[in-house]
Amino acid sequence: MVRGINASAGIGIGTVAIVGDQQVAYTPFQPEDPAAEVKRFENALSEFSAKTFAMAEELRKKAGEKEAEILMGHAVLISDPALTEEIKKKINAGMCAEAALEAVLDMFIDMFGATGDELTQQRVTDLKDIKTGMLKTLLHIEDLDLSNLKPDTILVAHDLTPSMTATLNKEHVVGIVTEEGGKTSHSAILARSMEIPAVLSVRGIVSELHNGDQIIVDGIEGAVLIRPSDSQVIAYRKKREAYLEEKRALGKFVGKETRTDDGKRFELFCNIGTSAETAKVLEYDGEGVGLFRTEFLFMDRTQVPSEEEQFEAYRQAAEGMRGRPVIIRTLDIGGDKEIPYLGLEKEENPFLGYRAIRFCLKRKDLFRAQLRALLRASAFGDIRIMLPLVTCVEEVREAKALLADVESTLEQDGIQYKKNVPVGVMIETPAAALIADLLAEEADFFSIGTNDLTQYTMAVDRGNAKVSYLYSAYNPAVLRSIRHIIKTAKEKHIPVGMCGEAASDPHLIPLLIAFGLDEFSVSPAAVLQTRKIIAAWDSKKASEAAQHALELKTEREVAEYLESLY
Amino acid sequence: MVSKKTKIINEQGLHMRPAMEFAQEMAKFQCDVNLKFNGSDFNGKSVINIMAGAMKCGSEIEVQCDGADEEAALAKALEMIESGFGE
Repeated sequence: MVRGINASAGIGIGTVAIVGDQQVAYTPFQPEDPAAEVKRFENALSEFSAKTFAMAEELRKKAGEKEAEILMGHAVLISDPALTEEIKKKINAGMCAEAALEAVLDMFIDMFGATGDELTQQRVTDLKDIKTGMLKTLLHIEDLDLSNLKPDTILVAHDLTPSMTATLNKEHVVGIVTEEGGKTSHSAILARSMEIPAVLSVRGIVSELHNGDQIIVDGIEGAVLIRPSDSQVIAYRKKREAYLEEKRALGKFVGKETRTDDGKRFELFCNIGTSAETAKVLEYDGEGVGLFRTEFLFMDRTQVPSEEEQFEAYRQAAEGMRGRPVIIRTLDIGGDKEIPYLGLEKEENPFLGYRAIRFCLKRKDLFRAQLRALLRASAFGDIRIMLPLVTCVEEVREAKALLADVESTLEQDGIQYKKNVPVGVMIETPAAALIADLLAEEADFFSIGTNDLTQYTMAVDRGNAKVSYLYSAYNPAVLRSIRHIIKTAKEKHIPVGMCGEAASDPHLIPLLIAFGLDEFSVSPAAVLQTRKIIAAWDSKKASEAAQHALELKTEREVAEYLESLY
Repeated sequence: MVSKKTKIINEQGLHMRPAMEFAQEMAKFQCDVNLKFNGSDFNGKSVINIMAGAMKCGSEIEVQCDGADEEAALAKALEMIESGFGE
């Protein structure tokens, strides 16, 4: 088994067809008649444009409007006067059409690559595709014809270009494997829109395979099985059926509001760690971001990320979510995570030590920069700030005072930000749960972090195998705590969400519905599944289940009872 | 020459689709259209030039039009940019 990037979900079992790179070699020459050479270029240009428009039309039928636009863009780009004039100038100066084209396009390829802007850099693939396409037209090299592939073909290529995709017969292609490309590359986008399982970035795969080889493409896990055994084929056929069945069932919930069977509405948000993941949130139909962990911005580097760098990340998240809520958690870091440049010492009890809000309130220089970046980004979307590991009212007050101070500096500097950005508190310690009523007076919202809440309530280190059996949100103590937090938030009229693993646990969902949780925040891949489970519950039935579960005395009884509900 | 400063407001900035629309509209005018951004000049009638500018959302740019129909061109350019290209 070889591994790559799982770029398009699904299982494909089929026969390899290798799409080789076409050679577009030519020998540069000095044209005798530059005017005739310009004419040759112009002819190739109109031929290429016509061909590209026709392919775009094909792709529109196969993959949709957005993908067709990529190819339409190729036709428009190559006809850009800035390009054509420059190319003609070079031809008139004595270059052949091929060399002139290559020189000018390479210049723009370098320019796009140097912008440092991800979206523009991705367009480099387009320019390269245009260059190859134009060279082929000039050299009269026929396009690869992928329309006559046999059924159950798995395409294996160095990279998949939009122009290749346009000709392929998608009914016959059951999988794609390439050596290049990531989750946001054209190949990935095209594979997903055609719903073909794909594994990308598998180094050296082209030379390892031969036409006619049997392989399995697992686009869920990002694995490729070369010449699988019969039992593997049988196992993967089962996996494929299960995947397709689930997809059909979940597909019904795309674009739907999250409601119980009797119509009670909930918000269904996502947990993310980087701003790029907002694309995934939208892809899986998440309604907002319930937890953006900012730790990743601080990890794997040698110094603190600047305010500017943080601002960019938060702004991208806000914009990426197109006006939907983005709850950003301030730095949640401490002795258990190694960040050398922060100068944190190893502690005897890192989980009870100098971390999260405690650390931030001592290192106001860092906290201030983060708050400033967050406020600046608030002008670009619906940003909300969330404080981790709060245990007393003073911490919230101090953080809010600092925020107010940062606001006044932005005011002085004439920098835009949104006023009254909501500030919420994570309820993840027994202390916070017990003073939820007091915290509600200071906070605009609550978010229950069940992982830490369970750990602190049960006083158990889940990494310690000797005691990890205690780590379960089904413990009556944890359930009572969750119920109390939600009830208090309701009484105080502030919204309450949950961003721990429990929020997507089917067994706990009826209880959370009954308690009156407002917002579930889950991993993007769990959105549709969670929406489906919520839709299957009736609020009256959920209340009965919750009432019964809360009367049970042991974790085991609770677990067994919740299990029996499905 | 007439010119005016403005701000890119559409989410993804001047990426391929808005750049295409903008260049196509500008090509209808006789005057030269130049976009000044970060101290560099980008030909407003060229998609590839506009894209090479990688002007993101929030970028301050200056639109400069120079030629017979410069007033009309500037008005159209600002209208397109400030409406966020309908995004």
